[in-house]
Amino acid sequence: MKVGVVVFPGSNCDRDTLHAARLAGTEAEPLWHETPDVRGVDLVVLPGGFAYGDYLRAGVLARFSPIMAAVRDHAQSGGFVLGICNGFQVLAEAGLVPGALRRNSTLRFEHRWVRLSVERGDSPYTRGLPPGRTLRMPIAHGEGNYYLPEGELDALESRGGVLFRYAPPEGNPNGSARDIAGVCDTGGRVCGLMPHPERASEALLGSDDGMLLLRSLVEGVAIAGRAVAAA
Amino acid sequence: MAEIATPLHRALGLTDEELDAIHDRLGRDPNDLELAMFAVMWSEHCSYKSSRRYLETLPTSGDDVVAGPGENAGVVAIGEGLAVAFKLESHNHPSAVEPYQGAATGVGGILRDIFTMGARPIAILDALKFGDPSQARSRGLVKGVVRGVGGYGNCVGVPTIGGELVFDPSYGDNPLVNVMAVGLLEERHLTRAAAPGPGNHVVLFGSATGRDGIGGASVLASATFDETSAAKRPSVQVGDPFAEKLLIEASLELIARGLVEGLQDLGAAGITCAVSETADRAGTGIRVDLDAVPRREAGMAPFEVMISESQERMCAIVAPRWLDAVLEVCARWGLPAAVIGEVTDHGRIEVVGAGEVLASIPAAALTSDAIAFDRPARPPTKTRAAPAPGAPSEPGEGLPERGMDPGAVLLALLGDANLGSRGWVTTQYDETVGTDTVEAGERAAAVLRIKGSPKGLVAATDAQAAVAAHDPWLGAAMAVSECARNVAITGARPLGVTNCLNFGDPTDPEAFWRFTESVRGLGDACRALGLPVTGGNVSFYNASPSGEILPTAQIGVVGLLEDVEQRVAPAFRRAGDVVVLVGETSPGLAGSAYAALAGTAPDDGPPALDLSREAALLHWLAAAAREGLLASAQDVSGGGLAVALAESSIWSGLGARLQVGVGSTPSVDLFGESPGRVIVSTEPALWERLAGSAAAHGLPIRRIGLVDGERLIIELVGEGATGAAEERGAGVADALDVAVRDLAHAWRSALPRALGEEA
Repeated sequence: MKVGVVVFPGSNCDRDTLHAARLAGTEAEPLWHETPDVRGVDLVVLPGGFAYGDYLRAGVLARFSPIMAAVRDHAQSGGFVLGICNGFQVLAEAGLVPGALRRNSTLRFEHRWVRLSVERGDSPYTRGLPPGRTLRMPIAHGEGNYYLPEGELDALESRGGVLFRYAPPEGNPNGSARDIAGVCDTGGRVCGLMPHPERASEALLGSDDGMLLLRSLVEGVAIAGRAVAAA
Repeated sequence: MAEIATPLHRALGLTDEELDAIHDRLGRDPNDLELAMFAVMWSEHCSYKSSRRYLETLPTSGDDVVAGPGENAGVVAIGEGLAVAFKLESHNHPSAVEPYQGAATGVGGILRDIFTMGARPIAILDALKFGDPSQARSRGLVKGVVRGVGGYGNCVGVPTIGGELVFDPSYGDNPLVNVMAVGLLEERHLTRAAAPGPGNHVVLFGSATGRDGIGGASVLASATFDETSAAKRPSVQVGDPFAEKLLIEASLELIARGLVEGLQDLGAAGITCAVSETADRAGTGIRVDLDAVPRREAGMAPFEVMISESQERMCAIVAPRWLDAVLEVCARWGLPAAVIGEVTDHGRIEVVGAGEVLASIPAAALTSDAIAFDRPARPPTKTRAAPAPGAPSEPGEGLPERGMDPGAVLLALLGDANLGSRGWVTTQYDETVGTDTVEAGERAAAVLRIKGSPKGLVAATDAQAAVAAHDPWLGAAMAVSECARNVAITGARPLGVTNCLNFGDPTDPEAFWRFTESVRGLGDACRALGLPVTGGNVSFYNASPSGEILPTAQIGVVGLLEDVEQRVAPAFRRAGDVVVLVGETSPGLAGSAYAALAGTAPDDGPPALDLSREAALLHWLAAAAREGLLASAQDVSGGGLAVALAESSIWSGLGARLQVGVGSTPSVDLFGESPGRVIVSTEPALWERLAGSAAAHGLPIRRIGLVDGERLIIELVGEGATGAAEERGAGVADALDVAVRDLAHAWRSALPRALGEEA
């Protein structure tokens, strides 16, 4: 099981994500954005940061980066893709997950510790998480306000596309529709979430709930991989 | 009638005396380009011409100091082949003119000073000072500056984990933006900003050069504000944090791969400063080929290219065999790069354009041999004698002791913009990027872990400007003591001191006296505490028609935890723990938050400082932490004992039942800010050992109560209790008794309310 972390110019959580992935017990390597090749990894992670400076709009330039064609192919052939924060914004701009991330309702950058409730226990991303357990991790963004038109939100929810929601007591930090913090595509293998699990991967940093998520993900991907191989 | 034109040298900010000095060094008159180069390099900001002679009196050596003043940043070894780089710098004047960009480029500049040494920046701390927060101008500046610090730091991916936010009317037209950065490096990667090896290439990489910031830091920071200040807006540099992020990665890669002989970042005075400093340090010269400098604007004059302060540029000294590799690294990171010159052996900075030599100046004349002044210093005349530094003073008749309700005073202090929660600011800063942040935000000192090592780094920044207004020596010495103490309460050993000295007009003898006294206080305190000054910055001319700022010696201290898991937090840990006061309260309310709120007697002075007590406290805290004797440790400073205890309660949700003996007056014992005191808590079973350990270090130590319940209760005992109970006619004992929840509410809502914002 191998993880590849894409490095765009301006990504600033790539090293954090590589470190956390290795702590979660998997091999992890950086994937430079100019090379249109995901090098056979099982899970591609688009990390947090300010890819291309977030100029024009967060994620809008990164989606045209050479590696995104390879990421799209990987997703379309059943591969796993996780977008964290800026990575989620890139996936949304690329149309690989539904929705858009708008300016926070507070109109400022927000760095806060939030809690996530897990909405589906049967996704590869969440299968290994203890049921009913909320996960504590930080958010750090200016544009994390998740948006879809009402009708599409209903469709997203009914197909189980919502993986995580902001939960009390901290609640919704950015005005996201229906408190949505993370979603997945129709295939269930491409996921975007705004909070940073890699920053909550060790108790020393304030919470290791993020490690629960990463380990669950690593296991889920490995199991799904074996299922495909066996089929 | 014929107009007499201002001579060029005066228009550039040089005096006649300076022009003569330039003539002496060149052996001839300078041409216009040379004059422009001298003007920026001999500006106060670049040359330290008024401050140099005094800064040379500071203690700078230490066993672990690897790089000290004179380098881009101070560097101290921390073991395991690692070292920490740190420095504090000002960007006051640009922030007053354009708060967002002034603050943003201030962050950018200090970060470059760190990674140019080969260190990866790991933390930013910002010390911000503004005028009355109810004034629209101050609010605009606060919001712009905070957005600028966050906008740059967050994008570049360095966590902003500490700082200060202080309001005082003296900063109204002269806000202070002092930014500290900390970086981590392997000692073997330490890179100096020198240009050795005649024949080596000078490579400029990063953003192209434009007209932004022409004479920016050099011009803005070398004059006080007046009506023409808005016209200086074009002099404010514009930052690009995305470019800086690329610059960080490219620079660290160049250094890690050993591809550069020297590296210098470009800041004030641009290319001129970078080439003259690197050449001077190596005893070489540099020939600059103007036509090779990548530009972002057409038709730039030679002087514009040479003094432009366009941001996000670095200058590398590259041996010919590594040139291709260097250019490849820059290209891969998307950074324009060009060979703009060559290192020579003639010790001069030569500027060549269109085949002609346009300027030729000895490198030393621009830097190490720049003019230096012995400015006159004269203490202000006072109608009454100031108390001698360190002498305790008697409280006078004017203190509102009778009828004072200590609980109400505490709530008012916590609700003050200067003491309340900084959450409104810190939630705009990314504190956790980098996954090394262990403690940040509201704490007096931030704690970082080091991946792959058990060690931790601690950083804090403090000033004591209100005290310095009464006694500049004392303010500076107290600031050093407080900052070191803030680091030490985590259990860390302070390693060194950086500083940013913010003062008024150096040609005003009284303002200059305040500077010289502050340097004396800084030096005396550092010597007493055994801490080297590893570098710093001076910002003069923080004055305007409305007045001069409080004399503000901003201090930064970095400390080392041998085991980050042994760190101590300031919040109470558990109910039942014993609460302990270490040190002694002494009188003197001048300069305190309480004095600002409630007033003081006209002849009351600031408190006394005992530097040997401070030194003992630092050693004891590290030892007690190592032995696991401390459940919590909190330093007593702004708002005194009551605020320190309130913070420990608010941050833990745990109340306390305490008794404080009234030594002088209740206001001094509860709210006085005399230094040399910490509040610690410990398990009851460890009290004896704790007391013994403090005694062994010669420190007074006293149990004052227990962590307990949901209220902060401080009973005042002994003569001199307030008498408030008698005034109210109630039969209860004099006490401060407030629910922790109410303390928290006052504390959280203070700053947003002061700024007219929602919490």
